Amino acid sequence: MEELLYFTELVGLKVYDLRGRRIGRVADAALVPLIDPARVDRYLVGGGWAWLTVRYDQIRSIGLDGIHLQDERLTPYHDDEYMLRIGRDLLDQQIVDVDGRKVVRVNDVTFEIRREQSAQVLRVLEVDVGLRSILRRLLQGVLPRRWIRRIQTPIAPNSIRWEHCNIIEPDPLRRLRLNISYKMLEKLHPADLADIVEELGPEERESIIASIDSEVAAEALSEVDPKTQASILEALEAEKAAEIVEEMSPDEAADALAELEEETSEEILEEMDAEPKAEVRELLEFDEHQAGSLMNTEYVALNENATVRDAVEALQGNADLLETLSAVFLVDEEGVLKSAIPLGRLFVAAPGVPLRELAAGPLLRVKATDHRERVFEIFDKYNLLNLPVVDEEGRLCGVITADDIISVLRNR
Amino acid sequence: MLKRIRRQIAIFFTVIGPGFITAMVDNDAGGIFTYSQAGAKYGYLSLWTLAPIALLLVITQEMNARMGAVTGKGLSDLIREEFGLRVTFFVMTLLVLTNFTNVMANFAGVASSLELFAVPRWVSVPLAAAAVWLLVVKGTYRSVEKIFLGACVFYVCYVISALLIEPDWQQAISSSVQPVLMLDPDYITLVIGLVGTSIAPWMQFYLQAAVVEKGISEREYAESRIEVIVGCVTMVVIAFFIIVACAGAIWAHGPRDIEDAAHAAQALKPFGPYAFALFAAGLLNASLFAASILPLSTAYSVCEGLGFEAGVNKSFREAPIFYWLYTLLIVLGAGVILIPGFPLVRMILLSQVLNGVLLPLVLIFMVLLVNKRELMGRWVNTRLQNAIAWLAVVILIGLTLALVGISLRDMLG
Repeated sequence: MEELLYFTELVGLKVYDLRGRRIGRVADAALVPLIDPARVDRYLVGGGWAWLTVRYDQIRSIGLDGIHLQDERLTPYHDDEYMLRIGRDLLDQQIVDVDGRKVVRVNDVTFEIRREQSAQVLRVLEVDVGLRSILRRLLQGVLPRRWIRRIQTPIAPNSIRWEHCNIIEPDPLRRLRLNISYKMLEKLHPADLADIVEELGPEERESIIASIDSEVAAEALSEVDPKTQASILEALEAEKAAEIVEEMSPDEAADALAELEEETSEEILEEMDAEPKAEVRELLEFDEHQAGSLMNTEYVALNENATVRDAVEALQGNADLLETLSAVFLVDEEGVLKSAIPLGRLFVAAPGVPLRELAAGPLLRVKATDHRERVFEIFDKYNLLNLPVVDEEGRLCGVITADDIISVLRNR
Repeated sequence: MLKRIRRQIAIFFTVIGPGFITAMVDNDAGGIFTYSQAGAKYGYLSLWTLAPIALLLVITQEMNARMGAVTGKGLSDLIREEFGLRVTFFVMTLLVLTNFTNVMANFAGVASSLELFAVPRWVSVPLAAAAVWLLVVKGTYRSVEKIFLGACVFYVCYVISALLIEPDWQQAISSSVQPVLMLDPDYITLVIGLVGTSIAPWMQFYLQAAVVEKGISEREYAESRIEVIVGCVTMVVIAFFIIVACAGAIWAHGPRDIEDAAHAAQALKPFGPYAFALFAAGLLNASLFAASILPLSTAYSVCEGLGFEAGVNKSFREAPIFYWLYTLLIVLGAGVILIPGFPLVRMILLSQVLNGVLLPLVLIFMVLLVNKRELMGRWVNTRLQNAIAWLAVVILIGLTLALVGISLRDMLG
């Protein structure tokens, strides 16, 4: 007795009633994910003019030789929206392999045959991709099922466990009915999620960005190329777009908004909270060739008389910045930049030491209105991780970090 | 108003690439031969076919650009999703075969054009194959596209070459707008050949994939359409100059058949070294260009349709089938050119036959897909668009099948 059955084998399988008479052949099978995410709930059987529905508990045995019923009270098939039909909705479509972090196309589905009380049921075990399943599809119905099994053995299988498959459904109502969620995607690294999003069509990608957590969406969106970014933001509701843009760092938010048509970016800005809105607006003022357009307004600045202890306290209050921070800055009462302290030096200094004494060599900075080529030169020449930006009066107004430079240069 | 126009122009430049490159690659070694033959044998007579060719191209290519921009998916993806794996496999098998013969023809073009400059083929062909292979494997989409756009500029060679020959411009212009039909079987064959070879299945796959790869979306679609039209028009303008050059140089001194495009270049020698060198350089450029695009486009389409990993930004380990297919097309395509006595002409005729089977399928699938509301939303064909599209498809299928008949006759006869 086989333990596995492929969807390509299930299709066309003969269905017999209690007295062993043939009723018809299997045309498709459907899951009802709200009830059970993996069990085939019903089989659509073509016989005569119309399709019949066979419920999973009406089947006594199922195998390569056919399906034998234990209950022949069948109902005519009618489409319902809670049903995920394997042949129609899954086969040949793209799904996300969350474990392998990529988009794949479904060639076939592997079921496990299990006994549940008096019935034999099929549970989806894996989704098949790769050569082996292509071979099965091509030979399906041409050669006997057992021959195909023998022919495919030399080819290595390539399958994804059903638990790791994420179906992408743009229609939110249907997503609810089919119990599809994007929770698994939120756990991916934002860069991987960005790659996946880029590979999908516009409808699918918009549905993902719109439904996942805004913070994750913002992180992923920051990794997507500017053009795709713009088309996604444009398609979202202004309110949702604003929510995502707020979560992005101000320089990235400004870059993304600058790509949009003025009308759309205005709409999104209107929906944003006052503080991030002001920051982004300020950045949007700069011409894209000016240093100001590259800078980030998230930084840690302390009074020039502060000590190491003050710095550590300030950092504790800005925990969300820590991941990318590489320096803190000292400013006077007017906000004029005085010196930059590399973060590493704080670790080896006593808490009472004035920060001034830890300052890195000569103070490097650019004016917000300087040309960005000058910024690239300075970064290159001094091998910097960050560079403070000041206004006409020398007051600190932002920081340019190496990762901003890398993405600008890469997009050239 | 001015701002709006400026913005449009700016967008136009960001979408430039797909339509232009597709149209220019259409003037590959095989295309140049057909145009040279038309000019050499019938002079300016066949020039009138160019306007309808441009129109047919625009009608079909526009649908691809639209599908790419709206769905964000390649043509092979859409065929797979809507028509299933078996159909896709069949289409892809044919696509690989026809494109393979096209790759061969273009490496033959490289060989014969460089032989005009006394470079033997056992030097030129392996070098060209290696260069083509490296270009894509080591390049990124952006850099490769820039090189391809650069190659487009080199088609100016034909314009200058034609100017140097000083053909009868008056007759050229008047023939361009004056359809001439003759019941000469050779002439009919030629006209069918001109139109039939001007549109190939790979173009549909390449253009749509390039639109997707470039990230062109609905909102840039208007500019993308202009780009497709400009590309198609430029393509027939180049064809015009090739035909005119051969008409002025060969036909005016006695109409005759030519054996391949390199012969046409040779016939230009009496008009000075520049006319000859430019024509030959144009052939080399076109052959190299097509030899780089075809294997790449084939590997992409096949892997997308059958669900294998694809892309030049993936490693060999991540996308083995993509790289193997790509490499084999180049190695075999270039390799057979070096086999002495290889029946190249027969293979090219065979490719016409395969083309005749594949093109109708692809065109019909395209019109069916572009009419699916669940894919295209408000971008489905209007009734008028459908009428035009089906008419164009019927004409193209008719001409392609006629070409199949001719090819079969030549192959067997």
